[in-house]
Amino acid sequence: MSLIASNLCLKPDTEYHLNDVCFEMSKGEIYTIIGRTLAGKTTLLKTIAGLIAPESGSLILDGTDFGRIPVWKREVAMVYQQFINYPHLSVYENVAFPLKQRRMPKVEIRNRVMRALSQVGLDGFENRKIQALSGGQQQRVALARSLVKEANIVLLDEPLVNLDYKLREQLREEFRNIFSAKASENSILIYSSTDPVEAMQLGGQILVMDEGRILQQASAKEVYENPNSTKVSQITNDPAMNLFEGAVADGKVILSSEIHFDLPQHCQALPQGSYNFGLRAAAISLSDGGFPFTVELSEISGSETFLHLKHEHVQVVGLLDSVQNFNIGETVSAQFDTAHLYAFATDGRLKSSPYGGPK
Amino acid sequence: MGFLYSTLKYLAVTLWSVFVIAPFLWAISTSFKDFQSVTNGATYIPWVDFEPTLEGWRALWKSPAQGGVAIVEPFFNSVFVTAAGSAISILLGTLAAYALSRFTFKAGPIRNGDITFFFISQRIMPPVVLAIPFFIMLGKFSLLDTLVGLILVYIVLLMPIAVWIMVDFFNKVPREIDETALIDGCNPYQAFYKVVLPNSIPGIVVAGMFCMIFGWTDFFFSFILTFTEVQLLPVAIVALNSSITPWWSLSAAALVSVAPLVVVAFIVERFLSKGNLSGALK
Repeated sequence: MSLIASNLCLKPDTEYHLNDVCFEMSKGEIYTIIGRTLAGKTTLLKTIAGLIAPESGSLILDGTDFGRIPVWKREVAMVYQQFINYPHLSVYENVAFPLKQRRMPKVEIRNRVMRALSQVGLDGFENRKIQALSGGQQQRVALARSLVKEANIVLLDEPLVNLDYKLREQLREEFRNIFSAKASENSILIYSSTDPVEAMQLGGQILVMDEGRILQQASAKEVYENPNSTKVSQITNDPAMNLFEGAVADGKVILSSEIHFDLPQHCQALPQGSYNFGLRAAAISLSDGGFPFTVELSEISGSETFLHLKHEHVQVVGLLDSVQNFNIGETVSAQFDTAHLYAFATDGRLKSSPYGGPK
Repeated sequence: MGFLYSTLKYLAVTLWSVFVIAPFLWAISTSFKDFQSVTNGATYIPWVDFEPTLEGWRALWKSPAQGGVAIVEPFFNSVFVTAAGSAISILLGTLAAYALSRFTFKAGPIRNGDITFFFISQRIMPPVVLAIPFFIMLGKFSLLDTLVGLILVYIVLLMPIAVWIMVDFFNKVPREIDETALIDGCNPYQAFYKVVLPNSIPGIVVAGMFCMIFGWTDFFFSFILTFTEVQLLPVAIVALNSSITPWWSLSAAALVSVAPLVVVAFIVERFLSKGNLSGALK
């Protein structure tokens, strides 16, 4: 089974919500659509579900025109970022709802509902009212309702975004296990997220979206190692990849009058000229003999510290593996791990990567 | 400061309660009086100030020929007209409101908001402006002085209230609920009556209550559009006011006319105090 989108376009006002979107998805795979808010992720999911009709382009599922099938006959399931359930029904009735619509036998419905509730860890909650559940439990009910249908396509629109941090971490792990088992069956699983960590953890294929356009589609590993543009590098890294305008001249990378270093091995083929250089936050460390930077902001996050540094026009964010305190305005010495340096053309296209460059 | 605030608060609530309850107590007390008790100065406490009698209540279901005021038929006429007018208004108003809430209508410069305002604007006009057109139209269709004619008029008057309340209510029901129902296999009609409607009961109850209050208490149109064949309760009560006003029967009739609204208020109170949408979208 495969879902093929060709040239999907939607421009309801002055801006594209979908701009020439093309992709091919296969059964048994998890696809993560990653993009910033308003990138078009939800629009694309709703288009696949049939809730939004594109102005042009086609969606083909197994050779049939998916666009002509009304939403209630599409055999898709969807989980929203808000915890959408039917408040007038119990947990059991919520999960059973799509099966009752299909007029399945009662015994079959019961077996499937109990299995789905067990999958999402809600055994014993069948008779509860939705209002009596926590946010995480409500989202599990929504997930169970999407699983119970055994739909051809399961759409998950940022399902964890409204949960608190701890619950998000816990559910992310559970979701991955459920999805891995589910995807190995008969479904195409499409998950949208703004969180690069989530996208990388789920693995599978990643589609990077921005302004309604798909910028890159590749495996999670490939997108991480070889983001094909500066935009992709920004969207798929948290914190966003540090980008600096600079130049290659005389075998050196020159970022400013004081910040320059030898061209790393993997960039030797770059001709002289202007580039945008990229370095992940984790590739910046503090040690003697580095470049002098002024601390602009220090943020402690869990067991890590994000350090915002500035030197002339060069601004970077470094990620330190420990909790450290810094004074704003303090001068520190920052080392760049140039073995992990990316070089992008001035128009944003990837020119050189530590992992072999664009494929 | 806290004690003073608390005292003032309870004092204000007490005064307001007296203000609200006193007319009812006065009406209940008067309904058990007779001519002597009413005309011989102020009396308040039964068996102490006056000897209670059921004459005022008995007169309600006696015919005028038997010395009664005969409000039983007008009462049931009012129940029928109000219930039918409110039910049809809620049915049509809910459907119209759902369409206005969920679909985009464009006709030249007119949009959904304008259509909603068009509905409610009919309530802005003074009733007397509508009276003549209604009179002429009902006359043309031979519906003057009929229950059906009154029901049609009440639908015109009550449906804007239903539309106005229900549009606002549906706008607060997340669209994602409808979308989820569609994805779960409902066609648009099934999504409406299987999912949206059950979750809109508080709104329907509120709209229904307002329709019933406005319909039940209408005097103007029932007075203008009926003559001898059909009489509604407000008109029947006003008709009691003759050269010698029977205050005891008038009070009993007034209590009878208020009773259905009190019953309705008690029934719908639980729907008003809590919505059913919590849990739809957290």
